[in-house]
Amino acid sequence: MINPINLAFNNAKEEKRPALLTYTVAGDNTKKKSLQILKSISKDVDICEIGFPHNTPIADGGQIQTSAYRALKNGLKISDVFEIVKDFKKSKNSKPVILMGYYNMIYQYGENNFIKKCKSSGVNGLIVVDLPWPENKGFAKKCETKAISFVQLLSPTTSKERLKNIIKDSHGMIYYISMLSTTGGKLKVSPKQILKNYNKIKKIDPKKNCVIGFGITEKTIAKLRSADGLVVGSAICKEITRSLNNRQNPVTNVSKVVAKLRNKIL
Amino acid sequence: MKLKKKIPLIDQHDKFGFWGGKFGGSYIPETLKKPVDDLTKEFSKLRKNKSFIKKRDFYFNNYIGAPTRFIKLENLTKHLGGAQIWAKVVSDANGGAHKIYNATVHALLCKSMGKKYIVGDTGAGYAGKMLSMAAKKFGLKCKIFMGAKDIKRQKPNCDAMKKNGAEIVPVITGSQTLVDAVSECMRYWVSNCDTTHMCVGSTVGPNIFVKICGWSTAQISRELKKQIKIQFKKIPKKIKLINCVGGGSSAYGFWSEFIDFPKSQIELVGVEAGGPKNSKLHAAPLSRGAKLGVLHGAASYVCQNNEGQINETESISAGLDYPGVSPIHCFLKDTKRARYTYATDEDALNAYKLVTKFEKLNPSLEPSHAFAEAIRIAPSLEKDTVIIVNSCGDAKKDRDILKKRLGKRI
Repeated sequence: MINPINLAFNNAKEEKRPALLTYTVAGDNTKKKSLQILKSISKDVDICEIGFPHNTPIADGGQIQTSAYRALKNGLKISDVFEIVKDFKKSKNSKPVILMGYYNMIYQYGENNFIKKCKSSGVNGLIVVDLPWPENKGFAKKCETKAISFVQLLSPTTSKERLKNIIKDSHGMIYYISMLSTTGGKLKVSPKQILKNYNKIKKIDPKKNCVIGFGITEKTIAKLRSADGLVVGSAICKEITRSLNNRQNPVTNVSKVVAKLRNKIL
Repeated sequence: MKLKKKIPLIDQHDKFGFWGGKFGGSYIPETLKKPVDDLTKEFSKLRKNKSFIKKRDFYFNNYIGAPTRFIKLENLTKHLGGAQIWAKVVSDANGGAHKIYNATVHALLCKSMGKKYIVGDTGAGYAGKMLSMAAKKFGLKCKIFMGAKDIKRQKPNCDAMKKNGAEIVPVITGSQTLVDAVSECMRYWVSNCDTTHMCVGSTVGPNIFVKICGWSTAQISRELKKQIKIQFKKIPKKIKLINCVGGGSSAYGFWSEFIDFPKSQIELVGVEAGGPKNSKLHAAPLSRGAKLGVLHGAASYVCQNNEGQINETESISAGLDYPGVSPIHCFLKDTKRARYTYATDEDALNAYKLVTKFEKLNPSLEPSHAFAEAIRIAPSLEKDTVIIVNSCGDAKKDRDILKKRLGKRI
């Protein structure tokens, strides 16, 4: 059986567009609302990244920090994250789910337990921000045996030698961090430069699906449309914050933003 | 899990950077892999380079002012009527605390890597103050990340940082203390690692920062070992080296030369911050049984909940107010080479009162935690036992807190 994440990329390729990946924080701003948001945007999204919030996020910028703190303040637990995924995966337009977070939460849960729970909830992939290669080899292997895709991260500082090694050990999908930044920083590198680096990665192994993330917004997404996939996170978290501040419904507002993003890459 | 002899503790880790197979490591985002690797290579090269060592020693002697004094606290000893109490007055160092060693070495590293910007975190403000001093001395542009709560309670050090031309970035997330300052500093480094060097203010963080800091503060025990030999002709039979532990940089520096000695001869005692007497919050992961976790790029015992969220901490001492601790102290704890305990805010204040009443010494609230333990155990010990407390910081920075809590002007 083909991996649902790969299938999502294949579908997008058939439509001659990049896959659209969104990132939202589980429980932002409540468990119920975050599930509604997922269900509402999923018709326009190819893969949903869902963050499990941590209160000491060393690689996230202000927008995602705000979302994470909001979810935690409303009492979100890791068991809620799995329930959200489970519920979402049962819904009509459900899409492949990649959980994203920091290693300490997996560590406390127990690596094996965490992967087991991922499997039973319907999680398809994992991104662990602070577990780089080669330290992640063992954990990635464990994921592989349960058919969960462990997504390796690459950055502009990753050396050529390292790129090769990481790509060799990667599963179906890899994630290229567009620039030196925490999430949600202003795009300080030209899309041309980003694609140049992206193409270097693709050259090493054209078969792996490579997505680009960090700093992607409505303004910049069209210029990067030649990539296999594009991730938008902070721009969505920002929209949730804006909606809450204006006492508007984040579900409808976020859905509009996601629909616009999709239109830009069609 | 076992300690090796004749190898500095900072080097007793495996290829992934773990001490005892599970403490430390480098849990960092991919973007930081290269700058961390570069720094690792540079440091391992420079520490073997004779002219770099010469340069370091030159600045340690002429800029920091080595050695700091080793003195007997005669009056306090007499008052307590038990073991002899001595102090290594590390607060004699330029700037008033041990943080200057690490800051100076990082500034030298930064220069040799050709970077012009240096950033650092600070809790009590000493790490920040010293980094701003070293940056000024070596012509680097400096940014200091500091929790908003700490900026308020450690104003004298903030004034010093500004005077040295550093920019203080207030951190308003989370508990607004050291833990958030370190996170924000790491985030800044993720975004600017191509031009900027990061100094972690204690023996915490990814493996290489633990090593650099420990290598720097080890100066304290090199001096002390010589001073003990001069004072006592040989190393006495019963010594207790008492040090406060937040991140654990001064404690490691104070102990490093003595780790190979038998425990029965030289006991190592670390004192953590127990927080206010009746509070549930504390900053004592080692002595109050916190679980192993990953914080700021390393695995160590961390104050956290079952889900792995980091707990808020509380201590009168900003320098000890941190939920994690150095992986090397976790290693020393689990190998039972060092003993860890805690003192409450009140214990530390009482110790401060007693020490300043009897001695011409003005220890900050951090070493006052160590003095609290010394005062507690000294009366029941024999006169031939030598207790040495690392008085690693000066209380000038604490004047507002001391005035409020003790009504005392210092």
